[in-house]
Amino acid sequence: MITELLSTTVLIGILASGIRLATPYLYAAIGETFGQKSGVLNLGVEGQMLLGCFAAFYVALTTGNLWLGLLAAMIVGAAMGLAMAFVTVNLRAQQGISGIGFYLFGLGMSDLLFQRLMGTVETVKGFQRIYIPGLSDIPGIGEIFFNQNILVYGAYLLVPLAWFVLNKTTLGLKIRAVGENPDAADSLGVSVARVRYFTIILGGTLSGIAGASLSIALLNVFQQNMTSGLGFIAVALVYFGAWKPVGVLGGALLFSMVNSLQLWIQVLGIPVPSDIAVMMPYVLTILVLVATVSRVRAPSALTKPFERDD
Amino acid sequence: MRSRLSTLFDALLPVLATLAALAVGAVMLLLLKVNPVEAYGALWKGAFGSTNAFAETLVKATPLLLVALGICISFRGDVINIGGEGQMIIGAIMATWIGLIFTDAPGWLVITLALLAGFLGGAIWGGIPGVLKAYFNVNEILSTVMMNAIAVQLMNFLLRGPMIDPSQAELASKIPQTARLIDEFHLARLAPTRLHLGALIAVILAVLVYILLWRTTLGYRIRAVGQNPSASRYAGIKVPRYMVLALLLSGAFAGLAGAVQVYGVNYRMITDGSASGFTGSAGFNGIVAALFGQLHPLWSIPASILFGALLVGANSMQRVVQVPSALITVLNGLVVVFVVSSEIWRVRRQRRRLAAAKEDEAPPTPDQAKVQTEEAGQ
Repeated sequence: MITELLSTTVLIGILASGIRLATPYLYAAIGETFGQKSGVLNLGVEGQMLLGCFAAFYVALTTGNLWLGLLAAMIVGAAMGLAMAFVTVNLRAQQGISGIGFYLFGLGMSDLLFQRLMGTVETVKGFQRIYIPGLSDIPGIGEIFFNQNILVYGAYLLVPLAWFVLNKTTLGLKIRAVGENPDAADSLGVSVARVRYFTIILGGTLSGIAGASLSIALLNVFQQNMTSGLGFIAVALVYFGAWKPVGVLGGALLFSMVNSLQLWIQVLGIPVPSDIAVMMPYVLTILVLVATVSRVRAPSALTKPFERDD
Repeated sequence: MRSRLSTLFDALLPVLATLAALAVGAVMLLLLKVNPVEAYGALWKGAFGSTNAFAETLVKATPLLLVALGICISFRGDVINIGGEGQMIIGAIMATWIGLIFTDAPGWLVITLALLAGFLGGAIWGGIPGVLKAYFNVNEILSTVMMNAIAVQLMNFLLRGPMIDPSQAELASKIPQTARLIDEFHLARLAPTRLHLGALIAVILAVLVYILLWRTTLGYRIRAVGQNPSASRYAGIKVPRYMVLALLLSGAFAGLAGAVQVYGVNYRMITDGSASGFTGSAGFNGIVAALFGQLHPLWSIPASILFGALLVGANSMQRVVQVPSALITVLNGLVVVFVVSSEIWRVRRQRRRLAAAKEDEAPPTPDQAKVQTEEAGQ
């Protein structure tokens, strides 16, 4: 049994599907990282993703254009982000709880629209794997990394880009300043509100893409509540990754590799109860949070609404 | 007089928030080409139109209230418990297990033990994230969400394997459900409706939680830790311990909600693979009800009835005007967003009141002070 799992083809299969599965987590969690770096905890990621899933799928289904579907998901995610920004920045609402509100909104809305506009589960032909001459031919590596769809390739670029923006640009400096010490940032003329609007809307947009990556690239269907907790895990991955894009990547890969392993164990018929196997990534996430979280510090202003002293 | 009006306005804020949510819902209904008056009429009739309808509303309100009571405790302690779904499931599993092994014992004893087991199960499932938060600095929002996912899989595993109905185990269909509890173990019902004793238990517990939070040292300390952890630490309160207790108690009430669902409504556990298949999302909706009741156990009673009514009414709305009941989930979300958003006005008025009070007892002017010292000197 174990030898079967260790054969080269199976290992490559596990790694390749692990990378594919990591994509939605990565988009959502990198988006969330921007928000949290600026001091805003967005717990509504799951709702944003669900609406993104639906928007992408429905538009792709009706227009036949996957890119329009992706765009729709981004717009819907950004709109949800805009609402979240208004509530948490202008109205200074409790971030965790308003996030739950946005989650319920997205959960109900995607279900409502699905039942009203589609009614039955349909499928689309989603983004296909793209063959890159040269890279895709490298034995093993090509199969694992370069036999993927366009959104997976996009995710490869996302992490270095996020790292660069956060650490090497003025914008990133402003984001970090607003998340660590909004009063100081404000006195230096940085608009706390504007920075937070930016990061929350960016986070929503990326959550929308994460949703699209599920419904028009990975699974190619839409079902009610199809994310089933994925958005919440994305939030956990930000803590897990200690608010660093590379750490988030590590967390997303670890989580999805265990998930992928679990799927392959079932495919190969190894006698582990499937429910217990499905449980493992969650147990692992808690254990890793225990092991790592106490050693890193969250952005100081996280979950604290900013208010100017008049 | 002004301050009394102001208090009234504070109490009305959630109501205004709900009206706002219903107004948004009305716009959505119009966009769906449904007459909102007709739709809300069907909702009202479905929830309150007959004795039976109202009984159903109370049946739905019961788990919401129990979860909400736990939420009152944890949120007052500034601990965000999102794990109601998982805690309900574990509570239900433990309670069901009691009912399936002690088939010879008298009904009252098994029911009592089962409800206690549910309470304990939820306490364990809430206590774990509590310990992780207090002693390992793991954010409770994340751990409770993870614990939800773990509980669902545990339920699926148990109902497909060790706890499966023996008669199902022999069939090819293998429906993942436990055996049905024998009739003696069912909570008493107000025939002919489905209203069961659990509703009364929940109301009594609401009073007890009120006493716990405002009349006992434990409750005082939980609230103190929630309002100002560092001041509490200086006052000698062991902050981590009360964080754990807040989450543990919060989980316990959700666990009890799960047990009551099994013994009062379903009489067995059955899974469709998801958490909401068993809980009906009460673990989340209970949060909504508690917030709506301003985290007050007694106000949570009418709040739970309101959200129970929305859930029951949604089904009749779906039947009469063909609007998916998911609309109610949307409205619940909007209510949460509007309620937390409206807090700003309460905070503002509170500040204004404080400022006004300060002016009233402003320090004496130099002249007055001089007079006072002269008087004192004489």
